[in-house]
Amino acid sequence: MSTTSTTLEHTAPPSAGPRAFVQRLRQGDEVAHVITLTFAALILLITSLLVYELWINSHLSRTKFGLSFFWTQIWDPISGDFGALPFIYGTLVTSVVSLVIAVPLGLAAAIFLAELAPRRLSDGIAFLIDLLAAVPSVIYGLLGIFIVVPLMRTILGPALKAVLGDLPIFQGPNYGVGFLTAGIVLAIMIVPFIISVSREVLLTVPRDQREAALGLGATRWEATWKVVVPWARTGVMGSIFLALARALGETMAVTMVIGNDPKIKASLFAPGYTIAAVIANEFTEATGDLYLSSLIELGLVLFLMTFVLNGLARLLIIATDRGGGHPS
Amino acid sequence: MKKLALSMWLVLCLTPVAVAQNVSLNAAGATFPYPIYSKWFDVYHSQRSNIQINYQSIGSGGGIRQLTAGTVDFGASDGPMNDDQIKEFQTKNGCTVLHFPTVLGAVVPMYNIPNLTAELKFTQKAMVGIYLGTITKWNDPEISKANPGVSLPKDDIVVVHRSDGSGTSYIFTDFLAKVSDDWKNKVGKGTSVNWPVGLGGKGNEGVSGLVKQTPDAIGYVELIYALQNNIPFGYVQNADGKFLKASLAGVTAAASGGAKTMPDDFRVSITNASGAEAYPISSFTWLLIPQQIKDQAKRDAVKGFLKWMLTDGQQYNEGLSYAKLPKPVVEKELKAISQVQ
Amino acid sequence: MSRVRLLWRKSLNAVMLTLTGVAAFGVVSILFLILGYLIWNGGRSLNWDFFTQLPKPVGETGGGMANAIVGSLKLLLLAALVGLPVGLIAGVYLAEFGGKAFSFVVRYTTDLLNGVPSIVIGIFAYSLVVLPVKHFSTLAGGIALAIMVIPITVRATEEFLRAIPGSLREGAMALGASKWRTIASVVLPAASGGIITGMLLALARVAGETAPLLFTAFSNRYWSPGWNQPIASLPVMIYTYAIAPYDDWHRQAWAAGLILLGLVLLANMGCRLVLNRRGITRSV
Repeated sequence: MSTTSTTLEHTAPPSAGPRAFVQRLRQGDEVAHVITLTFAALILLITSLLVYELWINSHLSRTKFGLSFFWTQIWDPISGDFGALPFIYGTLVTSVVSLVIAVPLGLAAAIFLAELAPRRLSDGIAFLIDLLAAVPSVIYGLLGIFIVVPLMRTILGPALKAVLGDLPIFQGPNYGVGFLTAGIVLAIMIVPFIISVSREVLLTVPRDQREAALGLGATRWEATWKVVVPWARTGVMGSIFLALARALGETMAVTMVIGNDPKIKASLFAPGYTIAAVIANEFTEATGDLYLSSLIELGLVLFLMTFVLNGLARLLIIATDRGGGHPS
Repeated sequence: MKKLALSMWLVLCLTPVAVAQNVSLNAAGATFPYPIYSKWFDVYHSQRSNIQINYQSIGSGGGIRQLTAGTVDFGASDGPMNDDQIKEFQTKNGCTVLHFPTVLGAVVPMYNIPNLTAELKFTQKAMVGIYLGTITKWNDPEISKANPGVSLPKDDIVVVHRSDGSGTSYIFTDFLAKVSDDWKNKVGKGTSVNWPVGLGGKGNEGVSGLVKQTPDAIGYVELIYALQNNIPFGYVQNADGKFLKASLAGVTAAASGGAKTMPDDFRVSITNASGAEAYPISSFTWLLIPQQIKDQAKRDAVKGFLKWMLTDGQQYNEGLSYAKLPKPVVEKELKAISQVQ
Repeated sequence: MSRVRLLWRKSLNAVMLTLTGVAAFGVVSILFLILGYLIWNGGRSLNWDFFTQLPKPVGETGGGMANAIVGSLKLLLLAALVGLPVGLIAGVYLAEFGGKAFSFVVRYTTDLLNGVPSIVIGIFAYSLVVLPVKHFSTLAGGIALAIMVIPITVRATEEFLRAIPGSLREGAMALGASKWRTIASVVLPAASGGIITGMLLALARVAGETAPLLFTAFSNRYWSPGWNQPIASLPVMIYTYAIAPYDDWHRQAWAAGLILLGLVLLANMGCRLVLNRRGITRSV
């Protein structure tokens, strides 16, 4: 295409007639190119501006605390001591808990949908699961407060204590709110992502792999678990990373059920705090510039965490697309 | 043509400016007085439909913050701004900030103990201990000795405090700091402190919500929140050793000493006041008004509201369990309104 | 192969297959549980007042969320006006004009923007729009939501444009149309169904966002005229009412949740049905 336009440009510019018309059309292309390019560049501008604002507005706390911000446990607005560790801990713990629940559940469901269910049923269920992914966070929070928290306090917590009460993660008082509750609510929120991405990844595994395994006498389950899933391993990992990135940034549902206490505790029943939750709770009232700057620095930390995870996730999913795409 | 234009002009000039300008004010701050403020702004708007005051209860810390940042027209806080905060406001806004007390309120310890109908009495030591985390069970001797005959469960106490920057926290920690050097040195007083133990609820509303739904919980809230939600609250021991339940009389008694010695900037603490009938966790709550309001319509609206609040508005206080301002304070404030330029 | 071992493998097979089925149906049943609970609690609380009245003072029962419903619509309108065109045109660039290196950077950055937690976008909009003019506003909230709409729209536009076969483009150009004319008159209309559904999905996604509105649009007890005042919105009201102790507020939160979820699900169902009918099963 471009060679054609350059060829035209090399001829002497005509002043009227069909040639001039075509010339103007070509210029229209240039204009269109410039316009669309500008809008694409706008996205780059917005993103860089975002990172810039986060960086600049966290200047006070970055210079005051330096790297010690990451391992300081105190969050004391009165004395002006701010540390990110309780929030990083809370964010990681709730995310890990949610993965522990959501990954087996999601992978199992994805296997069912990709390998075992008849196509129409699989599509129907996948459709419904996509709907689950669209439910807003605040609705999950609403259900979390009125269903999950009482459930945890009255049934689930005591049951866990009765069976596994010796483990340090299940000791201590059970309030209903806390790390475990937040983890459960997060799990429900991220399981649709794991299912839909894993299902698609599993669907791309070539038929002959399955058939080869079955032909050798494997049961359906063995063919799936020992051949298909390993083949799609990187893509499934990618879906997990994506889900993790989503869990890290979840704000509303978590802040409504986590208990809002910036402490590091071993027990999953204890109240905690995540980066997103503390920003949501304290941003509008951070009196003092150092306080606000510390909150924005937390936002920067969260941004970096999700950035790295999303990048890894995309790489893994691309790797599967390439790796699985053997011409058969 | 000219005649038409002239007559139109005359009509315009002669039409009384009855259509007053629409003024929309934004305010934010304390959750402590939110019930009475929302009632006031509602009534005021129904009386003057052109003035609309949008108040968001985001906590006293939020009120101070947003006022200093200039994103709201006035703020509200139950913890008066300290000198550093006033200085910060002056630097950012070029004028100082004025405090106007609005109502008197009480902070009560509300609790949720299943199957308990008796009203609990809390000694000053008990209050401090519970929130320091040194007293962990409901049947601790410090609590049970003040409540003979009441069978307290041996459950763990679920402590609830504020997760946001709160004037109610300021009042409560101010009280705790006055009655305990331990608290004063370890935690201190402020809108946002480093709580040794407990769950955090957002706003008076959030704390009430948490206590209501969590058995064995205790939380500190403004009186009206306990009343409106039928959550039992306890007696607190005052400076004279007497156990008092929060009441209009108790709060007014606590304020009487403070009213006499009210400083010109109206910043005063009346917690742990002396006097047999003085409820120990009482406080004024303030509207934070910038001393200079450039927009005339807004300035007039603010001054008008302040005047109304001090005169007509006070009649709504007691219906919502806030005490009226003492007369000498009202008079002093009415004079101070003229400081708003 | 020993019989025992075969039996073991067969039973393991049966058990695991059943478990996966249980998992799948279990997850789906959560959706119905959520819907059921919301309909039960929210449906009971919906009345005419809810749609027409303003909130009442604290502690008084009754009132409604009329201002929040209108507020959410206003914010969505702004998000659409600002975010959709940017997303669309940038998507056109990536699909039709882009050079390899620059396109890669743009795509990567778009994905990055998509993954930014919404609370961080809120911080950004606060420092960009609220601080300079010193008040919370509908504009700030709308811009925060617009930023979230852009990446989804870019992705949808690019994908559906790419799906249009090259033969269509070449046919138009053979007839003498220039490139931009081809895109505008032939390719875009052909892809419009998919692109529009992608846009609706993007809007449905941001309609439920709360975090970015907390310190941009703030909230408002009254109607919010114009674009410069704080404004109430359904998600923020749900949050505020849910964490409060008043039973009447809880009732209203359920009702608002039902409305919000209903709209979001309807939009999603409609869009996905349209996409599926066109044979596109890739999830946006």
